[in-house]
Amino acid sequence: MLIELTDIKKAFNQGKPNEFWAIRGVSLRIEQHKVTCLKGSSGSGKTTLLSMIGCLSRPTSGRITLGERRLSGLPERFLTDIRRHTFGFIFQKFNLIQGMSVLENVMLPAYPLGLNYTRLTKDAYRLLDHFNLTSKAENPVEWLSGGEAQRVAICRALINDPEMLIADEPTANLDTRLSEEFMGLIDELRRSGKTVLITSHDPVVFDSPVVDRVIEMCDGLLVER
Amino acid sequence: MIDLIRKQRYLIDFTLSSLLRRKGKNLGLLLVYTLIVFMLASIMLFTHALRQEAGMVLQSAPEIILQRMVAGRHALVPADYLEKMGSLRGVTDKKGRLWGYFYDPTVKANYTMMVDEARGLTAMEVVIGAGIARAKGIGIGDYISFRAYDGDAFSFQVKEIINPVTELVSSDLVLMSERAYRATFGVPDGYFTDIVLKVRNPREVRKIAEKLSMRLPDTRPILREEILRTYDSIFSWRQGIVFVLLAGAILAFVIFAWDKASGLSAEEKREIGILKAVGWETADVLRMKFWEGAVISLSAFILGYLSAYAHVFYGSATLFEPVLKGWAVLYPEFQLTPFIDGLQVATLFFFTVFPYIVATIIPIWKASITDPDAVMR
Ligand SMILES: Nc1ncnc2c1ncn2[C@@H]1O[C@H](COP(=O)(O)OP(=O)(O)O)[C@@H](O)[C@H]1O
Ligand SMILES: [Mg+2]
Repeated sequence: MLIELTDIKKAFNQGKPNEFWAIRGVSLRIEQHKVTCLKGSSGSGKTTLLSMIGCLSRPTSGRITLGERRLSGLPERFLTDIRRHTFGFIFQKFNLIQGMSVLENVMLPAYPLGLNYTRLTKDAYRLLDHFNLTSKAENPVEWLSGGEAQRVAICRALINDPEMLIADEPTANLDTRLSEEFMGLIDELRRSGKTVLITSHDPVVFDSPVVDRVIEMCDGLLVER
Repeated sequence: MIDLIRKQRYLIDFTLSSLLRRKGKNLGLLLVYTLIVFMLASIMLFTHALRQEAGMVLQSAPEIILQRMVAGRHALVPADYLEKMGSLRGVTDKKGRLWGYFYDPTVKANYTMMVDEARGLTAMEVVIGAGIARAKGIGIGDYISFRAYDGDAFSFQVKEIINPVTELVSSDLVLMSERAYRATFGVPDGYFTDIVLKVRNPREVRKIAEKLSMRLPDTRPILREEILRTYDSIFSWRQGIVFVLLAGAILAFVIFAWDKASGLSAEEKREIGILKAVGWETADVLRMKFWEGAVISLSAFILGYLSAYAHVFYGSATLFEPVLKGWAVLYPEFQLTPFIDGLQVATLFFFTVFPYIVATIIPIWKASITDPDAVMR
């Protein structure tokens, strides 16, 4: 599914003295089955843009279309539904839910779908198996190392079988070796037909051969080259 | 449909493991909550059962009690009033009663002394309530003495102790023969404390009372229904006092719940954000939190109510005796008849579970309608 952004702007605290325009007019197409990387220094607006693409927040103005569908103006329920089926998220801080097991964390996005429990656990185990985590399935997530937590986050992002994976600074908490390993996993996902969108200011990511396209951002605008 | 049920099951599963994750906090909450329900339910069950009990006791009481008034005060009734009142249609029985109070300084308690000819007591025998037997440490065959009006002391042998089942009203009772009574209190022959009348048809009671006041203008008829009402208001009044005290406790609880919920910890807020980011709807989050509140408040309600039930009906309401039965020094030890009133349960439920759910769901709702992009920071 092609994603198209037209003149997207985003203001925080609009109308207040501390009003701040984090995105100041971005137009962009994101190709299917490709790995796209948003690059830029901290504060340039990468996360803000990413969360709008992933339907986690809405632009102040501009238009986002997802295939045939226009996202602007859709009520929250529909946005959630799109988010659930279209996007899988990998966050910088992994954002696993503490105190719960690895398995529960992976299955979490599927709970509101009310799927058959046996099938769901089977899917989850298949993913865990694929990412070498089967032995940790029953462990609470606090016991995981950084790399493992990252892989659990990937499993969680994939449980609803989304078309597109969104990763915000996925390597910020990993060392170089783990970062390279992570890019290997991304490559594998691309091959399996997923669209991947990553933000990063880590050269391991944006210089990686896995990345098809690098888009640079600065102060809420794209840097044309 | 099946999906919907499964979905609720997933949410409940999540809720339960969520509750287990914050064991300490949730146990503390459950404890406070249970305690509040326990107190409220105890009072409700207790006063209600007491009222029932009093009602039952009074059921066998005479429909009309006739007292003679002298200068606005209760005075002895001459026996010939029984004839003077003439025949009254509907009255099935009328007789004079002899009763009074006796203060026993050794146990600092008032006894209720009554003549009961039906028991065939000799002038040397009495029947006493279990409260007196306990307070004085005496049993059947032992002697009890009363100081008479003229300074003499009379000893009586205890023939019987009144069956503890009826202890609520009989705890401080002394039954004696007419001769013993007159000797102890100096009430001359030909006088009674009051006169009681039995009326078969309750609708005739008021009419008869009117006739009595006309034929015997210096008397005052007291109707059983009025006594029932007085009992009722006394119990309500006491219940009221305790409720005022408890209102404070409830308020504290609501504030506590509010604080607990609105002080939604940063971690909880982040969790709500994560759930939304991974694809939960606001409604799913609310439903999950609703289940959380429901689990806590329902278990607190059930635990509190059951322990209150045990406390009142099997533990003789030990905690409340001093407040709710305050006028008697000889505390009755008794078993109330278990009784549950549906409306009462509903009221209690409404005042405990409902505020809690509201107090907790509002801040969660506030947290869950915000955009989930905060978890990306
Ligand atoms: N909720 C917010 N309120 C106000 N300003 C914000 C908020 N979120 C982000 N910003 C600001 O928007 C700018 C872009 O932030 P972000 O998209 O997180 O940048 P990046 O991910 O590229 O580091 C930053 O200057 C940040 O301070
Ligand atoms: Mg960022």
